[in-house]
Amino acid sequence: MTAGESAPQQPDFIHIEGVTKSFGSFKAVDNVTLSISKGELFALLGGSGCGKTTLLRMLAGFETPTAGRIFIDGQDMAGVPAYERPVNMMFQSYALFPHMTVAKNVGYGLKHEDMTQTQREDRVREMLNLVQMSHLADRKPHQLSGGQRQRVALARSLAKLPKLLLLDEPLGALDKKLREHTQFEIANIQYKLGITFVVVTHDQEEAMTLASRIAVMDKGLIRQIGSPSDIYEHPNSRFVADFIGSANMVEAEVTKADGAETEVFSPSLGHPNLVASNGYRKGDKVTLAFRPEKVTISRKKPAAAKNVLKGTVQDFGYFGKDSLYRIKLPTGHVLSVNAVNAERAAAEQAVATWEDEVYLTIAPAAAMLFGAET
Amino acid sequence: MSGSAAGWFNRRGWRDVIIGSPYLWLVLFFLLPFVIVIVMSFAKTATQSPPFAFLPDWPFIRFDTYHRLFTNSLYVRAGVISVYNAAVATLLCLLLGYPMALAITRAGKSLQRLLIMLVVLPFWTSFLLRVYAWIGLMGKNSWFNKAITAAYNTFVPTAWELPGIQMMNTNFAVVLVMVYSYLPFMVLPLYANLEKLDVTLNEAAMDLGSRRWEVFRDITLPLSIPGIIAGGLLVFIPAMGELIIPSLVGNAGDPMIGRVIQQEFGQNRDWPMASAVAVALLFMLVVPLMLYNHFEAKAQAGAH
Repeated sequence: MTAGESAPQQPDFIHIEGVTKSFGSFKAVDNVTLSISKGELFALLGGSGCGKTTLLRMLAGFETPTAGRIFIDGQDMAGVPAYERPVNMMFQSYALFPHMTVAKNVGYGLKHEDMTQTQREDRVREMLNLVQMSHLADRKPHQLSGGQRQRVALARSLAKLPKLLLLDEPLGALDKKLREHTQFEIANIQYKLGITFVVVTHDQEEAMTLASRIAVMDKGLIRQIGSPSDIYEHPNSRFVADFIGSANMVEAEVTKADGAETEVFSPSLGHPNLVASNGYRKGDKVTLAFRPEKVTISRKKPAAAKNVLKGTVQDFGYFGKDSLYRIKLPTGHVLSVNAVNAERAAAEQAVATWEDEVYLTIAPAAAMLFGAET
Repeated sequence: MSGSAAGWFNRRGWRDVIIGSPYLWLVLFFLLPFVIVIVMSFAKTATQSPPFAFLPDWPFIRFDTYHRLFTNSLYVRAGVISVYNAAVATLLCLLLGYPMALAITRAGKSLQRLLIMLVVLPFWTSFLLRVYAWIGLMGKNSWFNKAITAAYNTFVPTAWELPGIQMMNTNFAVVLVMVYSYLPFMVLPLYANLEKLDVTLNEAAMDLGSRRWEVFRDITLPLSIPGIIAGGLLVFIPAMGELIIPSLVGNAGDPMIGRVIQQEFGQNRDWPMASAVAVALLFMLVVPLMLYNHFEAKAQAGAH
């Protein structure tokens, strides 16, 4: 490996430095800086048009950055064409060659490797074993099911043992059951081979179960980078809180901030609320957010006096493992509340039903505050 | 129409009529005349109208026409020249048409429509008129001939220089005009085929280490074989039986099959011989086609 003289000081395995991609006046990717370490399973998460796919295509070499640089294992990728990059990609549509058998598809990239014919055949066999497709090596892609095609595509992209594997919506075309199974399998294979994976997805669940770190993207910008739990528990913006999972959000104003505790008042809740967040001053306009499953629901008035709201059950949905309640507050505002059904039978929390009066407790640690966004 | 007939028509008759009509047409105007031609090829000429007769005794038919077909150098030559001209024209159409079709698929959507229209545009003027235009262009006094001659003279030794290249009444002229006339029949099926190919496959191949020409060799070319075969047949079949182009710009000493058939039917009034040549032409076209279909079906069956 020839490390470029201009390699960045920080020896990150994948380093994206101030990368921008413009199409005309539209900035698909806007000054993104990002580092990914070796062996990591990293996810780029965002809605359609957020720039995640463009970023992926720049890593693969199908698009050239308008500005900025990309380093892979210390090597500057500027001017390196797709066919010379130590990067392989698993396409969303799988892009299997329809005129080649499964084995020929998997072995296609090896033609360019410095290997003997026996070594190539061994590698193909090894890869097909890895994805449990050995028995179908002589089939053509059109004779395979969607799940089988996905495995072949994965085997083909892994066959050259790239330094970096890019996966574009790897589970997008699979049905729910298969998707859950495949998620763990991909993570498993990644662990076994130790290859760095970058997954692009619009599905937060997919990103959270697969990835060790997630970058949430929006309008070409990275909004937050962190572990799945970081991003879920400590979103850094209203956008991320809303995009990852669901959250009740109300506009509020800080009414007390004396270092020890912060109190906010929201006209929608009609009741002051203590929150654990710091760094706000009295009078700040903020957004108060809390996740439906972090609210405790009970039919008896709780002992704690603070952070308790009273409301009536407007509607509820039973999902088996949990139920989602829509609680109408006296102010008219409606909140979503999740309750795990393991506790349904407990005396204290007897099943609430339509028009029942209930008490909601929002623990200070569960509430999140976001300042005004630019 | 009686009630039951109307009922039949409404129940399923309309479908039978729609499906059956083209078959009826083909039987009446293709199969039946062809059977007549085959029957006629086993007769002998006679001074009567129509000018052929069968033998009065068993077996009534004779094979003299087919014997002549393989022994008389006129017919053998015509067959060889037809295959040669048609094959060269098809190959040239492919070499010209493939890059054209590929370039059209790579153009923007609105430009694509314009380019396709330009390919089809020559059909808006009479075919005969376009052949006559070529006659004008190929004459020794035309700018076209003079330009080609000048180009030729700059590259050859002085001793080989020509005052003007003889283009008219040569096989070169026949092939040239055939390539010109049939090029759209090559471009259109190729375009239809290439346009359907998923460009992601090219990216996938490139991602796996193939350069552009390797991507073309490994992916685009093999996947466009159906288009190449379709275009090739659409050019080769009419080129084999071409009558007008060799008659107008070709050399009478190097006749193509179409011209031989016309001469036998017309000047020579040898309908049995003309029929035998027509049957031979059909076999020359149908047998390779059937072989292709056979192997194609086999390949398909093998894949499943």
